[in-house]
Amino acid sequence: MTTLPTQRHLIAATASLLALGGAALAQDARPAAPATAAAGTRFITVASTTSTVDSGLFNHILPLFKAKTGIEVRVISQGTGQALDTGRRGDADVVFVHARAAEERFVAEGHGGPRRPVMYNDFVLIGPKADPAGIKGSRDIAAALRAIQTRATPFVSRGDRSGTHQAELALWTAAGIDLAATRGSWYREIGQGMGAALNTASAMNGYVLSDRATWLSFRNRGDLDILVEGDRRLFNQYGIMLVNPERHPHVKKADGQAFIDWIVSPEGQKAIADYKINGQQLFFANASDTGA
Amino acid sequence: MTVMRETTSVLPLAVTGLAFEAGGKRLVDAIGFTIPRGGLTVLIGPNGSGKSLTLRLCHGLLTPSAGRIAWAADHGVIAGHKRHAMVFQKPVMLRRSALANVEHALAAAGAGWSERRTRAREALDRFGLTDKADRPARLMSGGEQQRLAIARAWALRPEILFLDEPTSQLDPGATRQIEQMILALKAEGVTLVMATHDMGQARRLADRVLFLHRGRLVEDAAAETFFSGPASAEARAFIAGDLVW
Amino acid sequence: MDIAQSFSAALVLIWGGDPAFVAIVRLSLAVTLTAVAVAALIGLPVGALLALSRFSGRGLVIVLINALMGLPPVVAGLLVFLLLSRSGPLGPLGLLFTPTAMVVAQAILVLPIVIAITRQLVEDLHGEYREHLASLGLTGLRAIPTLLWDGRFALATAILAGFGRASAEVGAVLIVGGNIAGYTRTMTTAIALETSKGDLPLALGLGIVLILLTLGINAVTYAASRVGARFAG
Repeated sequence: MTTLPTQRHLIAATASLLALGGAALAQDARPAAPATAAAGTRFITVASTTSTVDSGLFNHILPLFKAKTGIEVRVISQGTGQALDTGRRGDADVVFVHARAAEERFVAEGHGGPRRPVMYNDFVLIGPKADPAGIKGSRDIAAALRAIQTRATPFVSRGDRSGTHQAELALWTAAGIDLAATRGSWYREIGQGMGAALNTASAMNGYVLSDRATWLSFRNRGDLDILVEGDRRLFNQYGIMLVNPERHPHVKKADGQAFIDWIVSPEGQKAIADYKINGQQLFFANASDTGA
Repeated sequence: MTVMRETTSVLPLAVTGLAFEAGGKRLVDAIGFTIPRGGLTVLIGPNGSGKSLTLRLCHGLLTPSAGRIAWAADHGVIAGHKRHAMVFQKPVMLRRSALANVEHALAAAGAGWSERRTRAREALDRFGLTDKADRPARLMSGGEQQRLAIARAWALRPEILFLDEPTSQLDPGATRQIEQMILALKAEGVTLVMATHDMGQARRLADRVLFLHRGRLVEDAAAETFFSGPASAEARAFIAGDLVW
Repeated sequence: MDIAQSFSAALVLIWGGDPAFVAIVRLSLAVTLTAVAVAALIGLPVGALLALSRFSGRGLVIVLINALMGLPPVVAGLLVFLLLSRSGPLGPLGLLFTPTAMVVAQAILVLPIVIAITRQLVEDLHGEYREHLASLGLTGLRAIPTLLWDGRFALATAILAGFGRASAEVGAVLIVGGNIAGYTRTMTTAIALETSKGDLPLALGLGIVLILLTLGINAVTYAASRVGARFAG
């Protein structure tokens, strides 16, 4: 009779499938790193922004840090606002974002610090090559934004309290535009990260403010290109802070500080400067610039 | 666990003043009889007379609203071993092989793993089901399933077996086979209580007849007496085929 | 965008054996299979218990569990996130942003499916078997092992359905796992990431691999139900 052996095979298959899962999970709990003398893997949790992750910077510099110290850096990529909240809740050891005002508030409220500047990149205004707002080649971001608002051409905003979003809002203000009063259906807030914003702009042939690093590593450009760059107001500074161990005793103070010390050290700064896409440098290390 | 010769028995079974109520109606009332060891007692009567209910009450599947079901040993159980079993009108087959169905019943009775296997095979052999051992029970014919149900009950070594219209859904050929099995069980010394509405079957098998009508026990007599000269008018009408309910 | 590009991206992934890709697939399977196992271990007995017990409010419980089958994964993720965050009640466990948190969130998604289907199945089987089992002395909760084993094919189908739901979701594992490279990145969160980086061919390639996995699971489910039908007769 062939009926019963089939039944047994099926039950065996299902059982081994479940067993496989358990075994795989048990194995995964101990990653394939060489056995460290201490119990388990050394790691810290860093809450950072989508721009540092999506641009591939961390893929480049983190292995260097790990090789030197044996510390694994686990990065949660969120918008700046969300990353700072993660630090406030104590769900990360280190916060690495790009919104100076928000960072200083974070320190002032006692959630962490001190704040160290690390690097900067710049924002660029991306738009369709056809350029209905007629701003291509301009070096004046304020004038460009005014043109966009006047012509009511589609503009994609991240709308997620990220560093980029906050920079964008600051630029509208610098252009003398009251968004609350003048925004219309041309202003599209999506509440998502930089990659998603670029995808959306590409799909609707709209304008969007992006950090250069994410743009350079973005692969779905469609009909978009850089239209405005070089304005001093498009300068984008990154800062790093340790989450306050007095508020959150479980924070890995020593290892977190080791990461911060490394990233502002000549070695870490060189690693950042060395990161290039197509020969173009994305981030400019400026930890020594104490005013940044 | 070796089968010890039990020195005590759960029989005789004494039923007194048995009543069962549902939905505000008394479906059986004031039923009383005693089942001694041995023999085949047939419960007969038209539809709705309470035959099935009476069997279920005796077997403990339902709780009486009034009256007593008194076994010679507490609840028909001796040394943790239930000494009565039941075969239903429509056999209940688990979604397993024939052999596994019997093993399951033995496991429920507390038999160990290898003992289950041995006694189950024994039961199938006894009733000519050996070659069906690995067949999915639900794929067997109605007659085969009922034979399996009886084999399954026999494997538990009951002292008394209740059967609720065991052949009413079977064709004449299968019916004959089941009747042979029942007579073989009687010859082995198993006490049998069987409900049926089939007069011919009752004549063929009964030693004693309990005639029920509308939930009451109307007549209790030896089979010969009952069929040659029934005492009650209802019984006479039923035998003549005039009493439908 | 070129579909052919995506298919070749998928093939490169599978044949190339890129360690990051292998780690992602292994983690996805590990998390989902563990979550399903946990949900089955809890859900099968609870479903059977619910089927056989009678208490006031039972109907409400059943409706609630049926409704929870449609719990949005992102909501489940948010709830687990609030529980496991350092500032939350279970914060000291330090489980946020770990595979364990992902298993918990997915187990919560699969559990209602297992309970609801088990309850229905056991209730139906019990209706059919009740008298026979009572005759054998298996009354009340003692009937549960028999009912669960006899319903094994339908239950296996239910569990595989739970697997399908868990392996397809991205909301819960993204929120509680954090999509950390090499640690909590699964197939679905990797697809979300590659999409947001604009690498659509790679994202779709990953998607093709995930679909193939799901197809395989469904093939097994179908075969299971066919074998089961033959035994039910």
